[in-house]
Amino acid sequence: MTIDRDTFKALQDTAGADFVVELVDAFLEEAPIMFESMRSGLAERDPDKFRRAAHSLKSNANTFGATGLAALAKELELSGLQAALDRPDALGPARAEYERVAAALKEIR
Amino acid sequence: MTTQPASRRPARLLVVDDNKVNRLLMARGLQQQGHNTATAENGRVALEMLRQEEFDMVLLDMEMPEMDGFQVLEQLVKDTKLRDLPVIVTSSLEGIENVVRCIELGAEDFLTKPVNPVLLKARIGASLEKKRLRDMQKELVRRFATSEVAQDLAQSGFALGGHHIRASVMFSDIRGFTQMVESQPPDETIDLLNTYYTLMFDAISGCGGVVNQMVGDGLMAIFGAPLPLPDPAGSAVAAAREMIEMVELFNAERTSLGKSTIRIGIGIATGEVVAGYTGTNERATYTCVGDTVNLAARLESHTKEALRPVLLDGATREGLPADAGVDPLGEVQLKGKAGPVRVFALKV
Repeated sequence: MTIDRDTFKALQDTAGADFVVELVDAFLEEAPIMFESMRSGLAERDPDKFRRAAHSLKSNANTFGATGLAALAKELELSGLQAALDRPDALGPARAEYERVAAALKEIR
Repeated sequence: MTTQPASRRPARLLVVDDNKVNRLLMARGLQQQGHNTATAENGRVALEMLRQEEFDMVLLDMEMPEMDGFQVLEQLVKDTKLRDLPVIVTSSLEGIENVVRCIELGAEDFLTKPVNPVLLKARIGASLEKKRLRDMQKELVRRFATSEVAQDLAQSGFALGGHHIRASVMFSDIRGFTQMVESQPPDETIDLLNTYYTLMFDAISGCGGVVNQMVGDGLMAIFGAPLPLPDPAGSAVAAAREMIEMVELFNAERTSLGKSTIRIGIGIATGEVVAGYTGTNERATYTCVGDTVNLAARLESHTKEALRPVLLDGATREGLPADAGVDPLGEVQLKGKAGPVRVFALKV
């Protein structure tokens, strides 16, 4: 399940459905920047940059009920830069999940 | 300046967060609670906005590019205009040492992300109420104290007790005021006094002086306290010249209305004064006492006999350039003074 519908519905109820459209757009705009920060954080061996971007991604994924993406981002955040460097294509699973989340959000927003 | 009480208008909150989704969501929640919001994406932008616009509170994220939350708090603490602004930190930073650091830097509270909306609402309500009370106090201080005293209080806090300061003290009053009061309706007297005080205040504060007492038609002003002035004597004399000019203009207007004119007498003395807050902890006033104050009062009173509107003591004269336009009147025995005092009259 890409998006937890209950969480998403609760967000729409509290913030307003119109506003959630705007919020989804903001996320679709920002998430690629977070991935880019993680990538450059890895390339520059900058653990703070990497961790912050993973943290932001996790927090935003939780907001929309993207539980799978949140879990992957959390793992990146907690295991940190070195673990990601040791793994080939460490960002791959999160990227793939993000593509699914983005498609689902465009669908249901 | 806040002219309306905070309770009668929606509060204006600044949300500072580098994450756009979080920023929008936080602002949305606050709008739904009836607040006005603005957003900033990092500390630098936030500080610029805080220095240009009026806000009631800041919700501050800690980890941000360009300028982080800690740096924002450090800047706010140093800024006399902003240091009382309530800041609630919303952060996912772990560790009690970060919380402590924020509180030490003046943050009202530290809420961990994701922020519980009920808790947030309660904290905002409490902080805004505190700010409203603080603004009310500040407004009272502003209204009943001069801005210099208000600034001194804000910077150094309130403590009874004085210290020695070199300052120039001025006394001024309206000649023949008592007879005037008796010969005109009360409304007209109050009107005259209000206009007169407005003109004198403008002249005095325009030259860096502080009016610290008003009694009937008389006033006392200090130049050089509570905030120091580079040239207290020069400033006091400049104010005196301006006051005389103002009175001339005022008289021209009164003559054209068929009303009687006024004359003022001014005495200025310079030297050490003991300045500070006197009274009790419940009721205090900023004042200056000492020989210099006494001498200025005596000089003012002596203007009636000397028939010159502005009299100075020797120390004030010495604070002025040689060509200041001053006539020496020699040594004069003033009431209440042990020995004769050198007196100078300003040419006006």
